[in-house]
Amino acid sequence: MSDNNKAGVLAAVVGVGQTKYQTKRGDVSIAGMVREAAVNALADAELTWDDIDAVVIGKAPDMFEGIVMPELYLADALGCNGKPMMRVHTAGSVGGSTAIVAATHVESGVYDRVLTVSFEKQSESNAMWALSNPQPFSPHLNAGAGGYFAPIIREYIRRSGAPLDVGIRVATKDRIHGSKNPLAHLQLPDITEEQVAESPMLWDPLRFLEACPSSDGACAMVIVNEELADKATKQPAWIRGTAMRSEPTMYAGREEVNPQAGRDCAADVYKQAGITNPREQIDCAEIYVPFSWYEPMWLENLGFAEEGEGWKLTMEGVTSLHEGGDTPWNPSGGVLSSNPIGASGMIRFAEAAQQVRGECGDHQVPNAKTAMGHAYGGGAQFYAMWIVSSEKPE
Amino acid sequence: MRDIAIVSFAQSPILRDAGAQNEVELIMPVVSAALNAAGLEDVQGVDFTCSGSCDYLQGASFAFVAGVDALGAVPPIKESHVEMDAAWALYESYLKIKAGQADSALIYGFAKSSPGDLPFVLSQQLDPYYYAPLWADSVSLAAMQARAGIDSGEFTAEQMAEVVQASRSNAKNNENTQLKGDYSVEQLLAEPEYIAPLRKHDCPPVSDGASAMVICTVEKAKEWGLPYAVISGIEHRIESHNFGARDLAVSESVVLAAEKAGVSQGPIDIAEIHAPFSHQELIVKKALGLDDTTKVNLSGGPLAGNLMMCAGLDRIGEVAMRIIKGEAKRGVAHATSGPCLQHNMVTVLEAS
Repeated sequence: MSDNNKAGVLAAVVGVGQTKYQTKRGDVSIAGMVREAAVNALADAELTWDDIDAVVIGKAPDMFEGIVMPELYLADALGCNGKPMMRVHTAGSVGGSTAIVAATHVESGVYDRVLTVSFEKQSESNAMWALSNPQPFSPHLNAGAGGYFAPIIREYIRRSGAPLDVGIRVATKDRIHGSKNPLAHLQLPDITEEQVAESPMLWDPLRFLEACPSSDGACAMVIVNEELADKATKQPAWIRGTAMRSEPTMYAGREEVNPQAGRDCAADVYKQAGITNPREQIDCAEIYVPFSWYEPMWLENLGFAEEGEGWKLTMEGVTSLHEGGDTPWNPSGGVLSSNPIGASGMIRFAEAAQQVRGECGDHQVPNAKTAMGHAYGGGAQFYAMWIVSSEKPE
Repeated sequence: MRDIAIVSFAQSPILRDAGAQNEVELIMPVVSAALNAAGLEDVQGVDFTCSGSCDYLQGASFAFVAGVDALGAVPPIKESHVEMDAAWALYESYLKIKAGQADSALIYGFAKSSPGDLPFVLSQQLDPYYYAPLWADSVSLAAMQARAGIDSGEFTAEQMAEVVQASRSNAKNNENTQLKGDYSVEQLLAEPEYIAPLRKHDCPPVSDGASAMVICTVEKAKEWGLPYAVISGIEHRIESHNFGARDLAVSESVVLAAEKAGVSQGPIDIAEIHAPFSHQELIVKKALGLDDTTKVNLSGGPLAGNLMMCAGLDRIGEVAMRIIKGEAKRGVAHATSGPCLQHNMVTVLEAS
């Protein structure tokens, strides 16, 4: 390990590993699944377990699988014995937060090579139940995540005057993107807007096909310091900025449609990465959109569009890879195509890295040099974001 | 060079049952106390906040989400959470400051263990396919470890009783503790075995409460005009989850972490050991390489009051505050996680 006293070391992603996302991975245990992602990341980085200095793991609530602090049990599977291990949990944003904590391990100068893994094996549990168990002393809605967000979406539609088919457009686009990604859970290459429109209404205005699936899966990355990234045989994804923000679930005057924490987080990460116009300077983005309408809402929250104008970019095809949009969002298919909750944020960060590394195969955005990874969680109150680039910062 | 200092620490009373007080109500006083002791009005005065807690103790997903309500996080703050003892929240904050991404941080941990059956809740920390269905509770696993240590000659039942005697005696000087008093070794050994070879007093009490800390760069501590203790070394290591794969009577991960943290690079005046069970203090003390010149668990330690998810942070806070008060020049604090001392952190603290 490095001298403890360096500050502000550059860090880069040199390896990414994912599992196939699907409804149930009955062929592997949780340990087997996270190891599969980790082995894939190590192979991509051309490194071995012995090269790793520390492991940073993340997942959403322990109740999703019913294991208290599963990192303890996973130490063996992730080659951690005798090494440091950390477990991050920041609700749905956890995959992104975990990647940022891993990056900080390297940026601190304390560690040279860190393995980070996030996962969820939803088939071994019931996420709806786990999310509906009441907090003692607190009011609650047995409505799951969709029920929580639907009224906020309705408020967005009311304010922006967006036509009612924007969500349908997003859902169709992300599933067509997902069909180009062999790892995506939902493989729906022939999906049509009519099919989405005709799918059952779950939480008005969200239909069945406008909601994310429930997936098993894990995502891993190897993050290394500048010196090691320079020696990597494959293109590194240089981490140009990272940011996290939190605000309370409820407070007087909270702006739930366009949360302040999201705006502040974006402003912070753009400043670090030297981005003054995200629409022009970011080539593609992997944004946490678990319900269709969050694409136009986040286009505004993240400054890609003026307030009330986000839906226009969606309808113009700006965010579509297959329609040749100039700023594709979720070319991997996004959360709408695969949602192993704890991993979903890290998948966004890892896919952003893969885009600037040119490793995305059929869902590669041509000439992607700068990409954004984004995750949110809780009642849209926790945010994690990073900007990665194929070009090393000066 | 960014040396990092602890400038304040606050702990709630360690209670067997906090009653109707919820987690937010437990957290708010300690967060305010730690911030105020650092001369800060609110959470906006620090650059970063990180907490440690465990959903299962609350019996609901997202235990930490309510914790944010205790902070006054408007405008939004830079914040993170580990599902670990808050000692690891300190570690995340430490790296954040080392990386130059923050100059100061608030750390807090909290738990209400009283509503559930803690040893059985912790049985669900185990491998879900092989161990957890057996519902092996945390006290039984610790008893297995104690048996391994006694049988291998690493320690004796008398030494375990001496640990309890010292803990309860030291705790008399700590107004926050739960169990305290004067007991002789003979008196303790006369008690019946609970889960052999452990007696009830070899086990930690179930406790409710919270604690909080403010850390910053040494430059910031000087700017704030605050006395401080410097973190001169901090390391953590995990071991196998498989009980049969390691010698439970010793702690290799403590040895590794202690070496990296530089414990042996100077005399250690005081140590706070996060050993929930009496025999674990003996295992950790040996692994840290401490001799009888080091005063151990002057606070009473976890046997006198065991706040889940912050008992490790409490150890670091205790050592830091004694150094700040001038009671010691160099100290070591240990934090643990998982069954049978699986995961261990060692922090070396020094006077400025």
